[in-house]
Amino acid sequence: MSATPFDEMTNADASVRTPYHILEEWLKEQPPQALGLMSADAEALFRRLGITFAVYGSNEGTEKLIPFDIIPRIISAMEWRRLSKGIEQRVRALNAFLYDIYHRQEILKAGRVPEKLILNNSAFCPEMMGLDPARGVYSHIIGVDIVRTGPDDFYVLEDNLRTPSGVSYMLENREAMLQLAPELFQRYKVAPVETYPETLRRTMESVAPAGVNGSPNLVVLTPGIHNSAYFEHSFLADQMGAELCEGQDLFVDGGKVYMRTTKGPERVDVIYRRIDDDFLDPLTFRPDSMLGVPGLFDAYRAGNVTLVNAPGTGIADDKAVYVYVPEIIEFYLGEKALLKNVPTYNCTNDDERAYVLEHLEELVVKEVHGSGGYGMLVGPASTKAMREEFRKKILARPDNYIVQPTLALSTCPTFVDKGIAPRHVDLRPYVLCGDDIRITPGGLTRVALKKGSLVVNSSQGGGTKDTWVLED
Amino acid sequence: MLGRTAQNLFWLSRYIERAENMARMFEVGYRMSLTSRREGGASEHLVSMLQAAEADEGFNLKHKQADVQSVAHYMLFDEENYSSVKSCLLAARTNARSVRTALTTEMWESINAAWLEFSAIRPRDISGAKLQELLFWVKQVSHRYRGALLSTFLRDAGYAFSQIGNFVERADNTARILDMKYYVLLPRATMVGGDVDIQQWTMILRAASAHRSYRHVYHDRYKAWNIADYLILRPEMPRSLIFCVQWINRTIDMLEEIYGERTAGHDAADAVTALLMDASVDQIFEHGLHEFLTEFINRNNRMTDALAESYNFY
Repeated sequence: MSATPFDEMTNADASVRTPYHILEEWLKEQPPQALGLMSADAEALFRRLGITFAVYGSNEGTEKLIPFDIIPRIISAMEWRRLSKGIEQRVRALNAFLYDIYHRQEILKAGRVPEKLILNNSAFCPEMMGLDPARGVYSHIIGVDIVRTGPDDFYVLEDNLRTPSGVSYMLENREAMLQLAPELFQRYKVAPVETYPETLRRTMESVAPAGVNGSPNLVVLTPGIHNSAYFEHSFLADQMGAELCEGQDLFVDGGKVYMRTTKGPERVDVIYRRIDDDFLDPLTFRPDSMLGVPGLFDAYRAGNVTLVNAPGTGIADDKAVYVYVPEIIEFYLGEKALLKNVPTYNCTNDDERAYVLEHLEELVVKEVHGSGGYGMLVGPASTKAMREEFRKKILARPDNYIVQPTLALSTCPTFVDKGIAPRHVDLRPYVLCGDDIRITPGGLTRVALKKGSLVVNSSQGGGTKDTWVLED
Repeated sequence: MLGRTAQNLFWLSRYIERAENMARMFEVGYRMSLTSRREGGASEHLVSMLQAAEADEGFNLKHKQADVQSVAHYMLFDEENYSSVKSCLLAARTNARSVRTALTTEMWESINAAWLEFSAIRPRDISGAKLQELLFWVKQVSHRYRGALLSTFLRDAGYAFSQIGNFVERADNTARILDMKYYVLLPRATMVGGDVDIQQWTMILRAASAHRSYRHVYHDRYKAWNIADYLILRPEMPRSLIFCVQWINRTIDMLEEIYGERTAGHDAADAVTALLMDASVDQIFEHGLHEFLTEFINRNNRMTDALAESYNFY
């Protein structure tokens, strides 16, 4: 790991990078106490609005706030054009991959992706074989996790094609910044993110089943108030003007989906479901699911309702499949991948595993099906005991882990107890895919608030920043 | 509107109203226990209050002796008592979270703030003056919520379901308070006047916040007949049965207008109204106050069931 990681604001020679010039001036103008007061205002604002996430295992009424950092992360128009091209390419290829995997499986026949990796994968959903989702789109709502290690070095850390969360923070962070530092927006031309709910609505409408007359009926399907992202579910439903439903609010009759309203049954056309595949429909998937809707999958199969995202998209963001994404892009689009993958070691390969076990101190080990920063080893920050534990785990189940070099994630100035200091960040832009691919200019910047920490997940003490994409 | 949303709004209002009523009833029992001069009187008052609140059975399972400390804890903080203030506020907030998008910011914030403040209270710190303060606060929570509802909530079906919940709960509560004391109110010659503890009557009126307004309406001392008349048949008394029922009727008419349809809920509401419309206190006592109130509570419950059926609560 290099001594000083790339900083989003300041070059190694202490000069300030162009997009940050105005911010730097503004920061200098602020009286000493101003940032602290702004930070307190921001917290009060979020608490009043009730923007919280529930921590599993904690009592009712003790929802936590994700810390919000008042210093924005700024991306130039040029940087964004590059990024969004790469993201669009990736999303296009991954949706093509999903279509293929659930139809003719050309990529497997061509031997470009190992058959075993797909067909024996728990994220592969055989029930989806031969099914034709509206417009051939499987993943409509996508979050791509990107990290940066240098001025021109962007890596995709992972693709989230199931039910990416966090978009409500992107929207509320902007709302908060507009209230806290309106003068900065007068000096900068920041691309709007506020259009996201409207674009989500358009995207959902564009994939409504054939034969819907007039405006399709959209709903958000939530597991309920105890889910950690419940705030986001209700927020998005509210912003889109869609009904927020739980499984019990919906039922299937004659292959069609209805919601139970005070006026009686009302037909539902498009469901943005925030329930995992396994729980969607107890008749097709887990029979013990109390969250889903019996018969929903059959209604979906019959083309009477659209599920956003489709079941089975997890096969395209599986950590073991991740390694093949550059291959996937080439196979379907005939292009080289514009965004880099992080080099990844395959522990089932004897040589690579031997290297990994030798160098655990320098590497990051991730569980193939893990998420949220759980079940992960960050070598440079690990103890000997932790490494020993992972060594045993890897030897026991080499296919359950992927291993990557520890990336020197870029840092961004962040307001902490002792003033402004660099902290590591990543970036999750949000992509909507229906009649067109639309990427909201911005996204969620997550920041590891602990000095030196590389883990940005909110469940592990991470915070968020407003993310500005500048217009030319 | 989802049937579940209607149901959540209905129960949200009921729980807020119930929290207020629990605080009122406890306050009455507490005050009377403080002023009792008889041996064992303090405990008796608390016990009869628990009976009025239908909390005596649950209480007896957990406590041997009814004293201020144990009763306060059971009525205010005990989560195993489904009608305790804590249980009511938690249930109200849970319902509110479920239908957040259907509430105004003001309504949500009043409930959210109430729960956060209540959660910060340590039960063992609550005694003496602090206890009175807390009871006052609980009533304020209910008033704040109703204020937010009345001044910010769209007058559509959601409003209607909220109001019905509120008045169904209040009617039920008033009926139970009266029913608990029916033997006190029995017009037996021996019990009139001196024999009957005047404090018992005060308690009933106090629990309904009616002990002062009573004087303005009747210009008379507390009398069983008048008290029953006041809490059952007086349309200007905001906790009387007839007042609640009139509200429910008006609100159900509103639903009929919104949905363009008359439902079984309307018929059930008519049945409640019919019980009160041509009644006089004389008749009620003649046929038995207890029988009358039991019938009222049953019809009130049947109306709730019919509404739930008609508007797809589940």
